[in-house]
Amino acid sequence: MVANGKHPRSWMEVRPAGLYCRPGDFYIDPVRPVERAIITHGHADHARSGHKYVLSTLETSEIMKVRYGANCAKLIEQLPYGKAQVVGDAEVKLMPAGHILGSAQVVIEYRGYRVVISGDYKRRVDQTCEPFVPVSCDVFITEATFGLPVFRHPPDADEIGRLLKSVELFPDRCHVVGAYALGKCQRIINLLREAGWDRPIPLHGALKNLCGLYERLGVSLGQLEDATVNDVSSFVGAIVLAPPSALANKWIRRLPEPVTAMASGWMLIRQRARQRNVELPMVISDHADWNELLQTLDDVAAPEVWVTHGREEALVRAAELRGIKAKALNLIGFEDDSA
Amino acid sequence: MKRFAELLDGLVYTSSRNDKVKRLIEYFDTTPDPDRGWALAAMCSVVDLPGAKPGIVRGMIANRVDPELFRLSYDYVGDLAETVSLIWPETIAKNHATLSLNDIVTELRAADRNKVKLLLDRWLNTLDAKGRWALLKFLMGGLRIGVSGRLARISLSEWSGVAVEQIEEIWHGVEPPYTDLFAWLNGNSPKPDIDGKAVYRPLMLAHPIEFKDLTDLDPRDYIAEWKWDGIRVQLASRNGTVRLFSRTGDDIGRVFPDIVEGVNFDGVIDGELLVYDRDSFRQGFEPAPFNNLQQRLNRKTVSSKILAEYPAFIRAYDILYDKTEDLRSLPMSKRRERLEEWYQSKTPTFADLSPIVSFSNWSELETLRSSARGKAREGLMIKRRNSAYEPGRRRGLWFKWKRDAMLLDCVLMYAQRGHGRRSSYFSDYTFGVWREDGLVPIGKAYSGFTDEELQGLDKWVRDHTTERFGPVRAVEQGVVFEVAFDSLHASKRHKSGLAMRFPRIHRIRWDKPPSDADTLQAAEALMEI
Repeated sequence: MVANGKHPRSWMEVRPAGLYCRPGDFYIDPVRPVERAIITHGHADHARSGHKYVLSTLETSEIMKVRYGANCAKLIEQLPYGKAQVVGDAEVKLMPAGHILGSAQVVIEYRGYRVVISGDYKRRVDQTCEPFVPVSCDVFITEATFGLPVFRHPPDADEIGRLLKSVELFPDRCHVVGAYALGKCQRIINLLREAGWDRPIPLHGALKNLCGLYERLGVSLGQLEDATVNDVSSFVGAIVLAPPSALANKWIRRLPEPVTAMASGWMLIRQRARQRNVELPMVISDHADWNELLQTLDDVAAPEVWVTHGREEALVRAAELRGIKAKALNLIGFEDDSA
Repeated sequence: MKRFAELLDGLVYTSSRNDKVKRLIEYFDTTPDPDRGWALAAMCSVVDLPGAKPGIVRGMIANRVDPELFRLSYDYVGDLAETVSLIWPETIAKNHATLSLNDIVTELRAADRNKVKLLLDRWLNTLDAKGRWALLKFLMGGLRIGVSGRLARISLSEWSGVAVEQIEEIWHGVEPPYTDLFAWLNGNSPKPDIDGKAVYRPLMLAHPIEFKDLTDLDPRDYIAEWKWDGIRVQLASRNGTVRLFSRTGDDIGRVFPDIVEGVNFDGVIDGELLVYDRDSFRQGFEPAPFNNLQQRLNRKTVSSKILAEYPAFIRAYDILYDKTEDLRSLPMSKRRERLEEWYQSKTPTFADLSPIVSFSNWSELETLRSSARGKAREGLMIKRRNSAYEPGRRRGLWFKWKRDAMLLDCVLMYAQRGHGRRSSYFSDYTFGVWREDGLVPIGKAYSGFTDEELQGLDKWVRDHTTERFGPVRAVEQGVVFEVAFDSLHASKRHKSGLAMRFPRIHRIRWDKPPSDADTLQAAEALMEI
């Protein structure tokens, strides 16, 4: 990069509404309504309604419309992956983040410096979205949801295998997998299909719309059906998907002897799974685990790393041990729940 | 190791008691000796492996992981074995199937400190994360899998068909890896010989009774004693070994040196463990409220300060063995004589006798019973004079006649999700009474209502939630519980400074406005001194 440029330290800042780029006069994933926002992906703590002007991928904008209605922003502009666009005095590109369908990293170039904001991301294969593309940069702004060395997520196929084994073991019961409605749910369905599970998959009502959207956007999920019906006898031996909150809710009582499973990176910690009364914890996450976080630091080769949310302290420490300058931004308003 | 790891892991995620028993039965059934015995020992917390202590494990991890990253991880996970198992660097070669619990015990017992490190290192490198976790749990104890020693023995009983009382009776006479126990349970060898050992004898228990049922009984056939408000214990001494058993057969003697060290006899005494007030100690023991005893329970160690502040003694009810003589088939009246003789001859410093309450008819006893408030009495025990000491709850022999429950009208404040079958219901209720500045919590109950009432309460909680804290919900002031409890004590656990003993929901007063519920002042008036 150009040595006589202006370092991002002087033009990227943390404001009450969130991370702000001064030369472009826009926020990234602001937590309150702003004039101009770039949205990395459709999860509710990143994509909020009420902004005036929104720039995002096509998929993210479709997700926002399904969740918040067509009027969720005054103007939504779609930007395909990899295409540069000038915003104010800065140049912006969106690159795949591998987190969920439409998820993007935001690449900002200004006065010879390049900043990459990772948004939420993961590195392992997920057939429901474009894989993460590392972009070398001067400052890498990363999440750290699973930023502790204890978080090493096992292969997805192993976890799905455990679910299928349990179904085989308890054929008279119904397996209910708690999965976040956007991204995790569709990924679980895709993994099940990959593993050869071709039965119809009953869905809790809260998952229906987004599965429909995924299908419209070209992610095929096989045969799905409504789980909230009067006759549940056909759900014996079935794998039902529901939002995590439904596992401890009245809704689950209707199902035939449910085995409660939950797909989340947090399921790695036994007492966490136990607190939620989960019988079959599945460690499947849409976030980078510890090794993926470190791998990414190596891949983008940025001399400076800023950490947005999660276990910031540990990732900052690990970056410093690698000789990278690092600091925590202490952004607020982001949740661990969808992990 | 793989089977053991799967067992522990499965148990962690099993909330139903029956399903836990099923998993244990399956394990005992499919795992050979001596490994199943070592697993049983681990679940009953009786594995003692010198050398493999948390300090060594911490030292080993410090050489592999940046201490700061380890500290942050441990803070987050909250369990040493789990943190180490997850953070341990992965190696390629895994052959955990071949490592048995027995190998671990045998090799560790023969190892010195340096060798212990080498062994641990080798094992941790060959196991996967689940195996590492199970290994560390096995070595360091504190399994946190929701299985008590009692539940493990119940599972043994269900697996083998041998009554759990019989297993409890020999439990303290057998040692890990329990091959003799398993051989007996399998029907392959006689009952392990426990002569000459201080073992637990299953307790004789009483049925609850009410006044109307008593009138059918002839008062001349019965003796009465106070039902003391401590915990039922059995003190067994044989050939220099002294054990203090709780009613579930766990040896709690280690934290009651004030009792165990004074034992000067061979035999088995049944009694109530109580704490007394040292200041008022003159001619005899004056039992303190249950809350004082609670300061001594559920501890791993006991400090001299606690010992001085809450000295314990046993109020003796019965004698089961005098030296090696089994007295259990003698009638109650005869055993009482033997108990008194034992007391006269031994003059134990750690015990006194539970006095006999004399009465000539049931009405007279009723008067005595209702006057028994305070003074650590829960009510009366009524025992048939000719009753032999028989394990379990036998009909028509012993009765407990508790004093009437006390009642307070309290307002529901918080509701928490239940467990197992009740995990989708808000079934644990915290309630409070009024103070000038609002409601203060005074107790928590999760029983006393019907399934139908539970559904009504669950719906009400969902419809009237004001705040959520994880599994707990704060609710509007709208439901009054008539709460029944046995007694009320000073306690730091609740903001009110009071704690109830055996609280249960007596009635749900849907009709009563919360403003009419009781005040803290009214509650304090019911307190035991």
